[in-house]
Amino acid sequence: MLAHIFRRIVATIPVMAIVALFVFSLLYIAPGDPAAVIAGEQASPEDVEKIRKGLGLDRPFVSRFGEWSWHILQADLGTSMFTGLPVTQLIVQRLEPTLSLMVVTLILSITIAVPMGVIAAWKAGTWVDRGLMAFAVLGFSVPVFVVGYVLAYVFALELDWFPVQGYTPLSAGFWPWLENLVLPAIALGCVYIALIARITRASMLEVLQQDYIRTARSKGMGQSGILFVHALKNAAVPIVTVIGIGVALLIGGAVVTESVFAIPGLGRLTIDAIVRRDYPVIQGIVLLFSLVYVLVNLAVDVIYTLLDPRIRY
Amino acid sequence: MLGSAVPVPADVAVEPAMPDVLPPIKVRRGLAGFVYRHPTIAFGAALLIAMLSIAVLAPYLGTVDPTALSPAKRTRAPSAEFWFGTDMFGRDVYSRVMYGARVSLTVGFSVAILASLAGLAVGLISGFVRWADGIIMRIMDGMMSIPPILLAVALMALTRASVTNVVTAITIAEFPRVARLVRGVVLSLREQPYVDAAVAAGTRGPMIILRHILPNTLAPMTVQATYICASAMIVEAILSFIGAGTPPSVPSWGNIMAEGRALWQVKPFIVFFPAVFLSLTVLAVNLLGDGLRDMLDPRMAKRL
Repeated sequence: MLAHIFRRIVATIPVMAIVALFVFSLLYIAPGDPAAVIAGEQASPEDVEKIRKGLGLDRPFVSRFGEWSWHILQADLGTSMFTGLPVTQLIVQRLEPTLSLMVVTLILSITIAVPMGVIAAWKAGTWVDRGLMAFAVLGFSVPVFVVGYVLAYVFALELDWFPVQGYTPLSAGFWPWLENLVLPAIALGCVYIALIARITRASMLEVLQQDYIRTARSKGMGQSGILFVHALKNAAVPIVTVIGIGVALLIGGAVVTESVFAIPGLGRLTIDAIVRRDYPVIQGIVLLFSLVYVLVNLAVDVIYTLLDPRIRY
Repeated sequence: MLGSAVPVPADVAVEPAMPDVLPPIKVRRGLAGFVYRHPTIAFGAALLIAMLSIAVLAPYLGTVDPTALSPAKRTRAPSAEFWFGTDMFGRDVYSRVMYGARVSLTVGFSVAILASLAGLAVGLISGFVRWADGIIMRIMDGMMSIPPILLAVALMALTRASVTNVVTAITIAEFPRVARLVRGVVLSLREQPYVDAAVAAGTRGPMIILRHILPNTLAPMTVQATYICASAMIVEAILSFIGAGTPPSVPSWGNIMAEGRALWQVKPFIVFFPAVFLSLTVLAVNLLGDGLRDMLDPRMAKRL
């Protein structure tokens, strides 16, 4: 068990190394001259040269990559080309809102999607099932910012139940913090809920056909006990997998959701960096989010072994 | 010989004909039958064809120049003259939305095709060339660890805004998934007796790929391609929305929404119309994908 977890942790190192190498190489393999693109149309040749120096593009690839990786290992993600501040500092400043949004979305999505999938599987073939699955297809198809605007328009502008925009730090109290995050979390969670609900239904349908479910039923166990104790536990592995994979959707969606709801998080930092073509900042954000994604999926792998003792490596 | 030569005596019981208790099976043929059997595909395809028609026929749908500015008529509400209203530069939102279909569909289809081809090539190499497999799959794992939108954002930050660059960026972000799918199919097919037989018969590698491998990858790849198409259209809109996508001069749905963003609390229609069209188009492609999956892989149909 511990050996397995250790092996999995070690296995993430090459993946992260490749992510870093790839993100770094983009500067070199991008078509045209990145320094000229970043400088913009009106830049003088001196400006372009300054940016080239700043990015280290005037030096050989290998030595530059070595130096860059060494800094990264010390949590030094470079310096923002626009503000001149360390990228790590910029990211840490913006971390809380994004992290809050993602955690709230994750909890909300799982608590909605799993029962949804379970009920759809239980009522398979009926209009309840069809309705829930139609909702899931819709959830896949309506882009996150569209959901965001609709929710904000209806529940914030018209009904005035929630604040339209903004973010309140957790230090200002739990309820004010949560109040600001409800609408963004629902908007961001839509795709995620659809994804988890579909897999939950599919996985449950398979489990519900097993003999031990019939046994449980024949010994007089109640429906909810069968569904949530016997069946869901056995159906959990694919569900947990999708929860892990879906975090990539959450990360991408968070950038947009923050922009719709004016949340000053990493998404805002990303958008500002795009407008200013501040590549070191973008690089840092991409690396951080990839690391989060890899770590989440590492956690998923560990949860497998806890959920299903049959899984041994 | 014998059976037919000996005549059946008159007093021997002959098995009676099956009683006609089963109702006759109604066979539905042609298009109507297809629509009956695969309603999701039919609905998705019809919706998609409608959107394609809008894209192709945009100049003939009562539109005006989607980039024509008329500052005197800015932010008008929808009316008989401006069906979807006008934006803050006085441009006709209806015309912009109709022309916007071109960008979304071009990006969606181009990415689906290019990502499938790139993924197919890499997947085949990885599945057949043993020594390259480990390296290629580690690289694909690494690329798949970068959330697609962020990978596209990083690429767009280094290149000039253009539809071509958007297509390239999203293709790079999406193709590793196809590569992994194709590799999986190849690895399972390599163990099939008929592939062994083909090898034993001296069939050359390319011929085995063409005859045995490609036909088997086609079904899962088609389904995957529709999902990539849907996802590419959403990513394009998101990129344009956050300012990393198609240049502002091109009317794409994402751009229209990005421009309407500042005014959405007072003039929600500027954001609303492109949003509806984008959602319907993505829905059409997703339905098509779900339907194709059910049709091409009945085993999956039962599960999902």
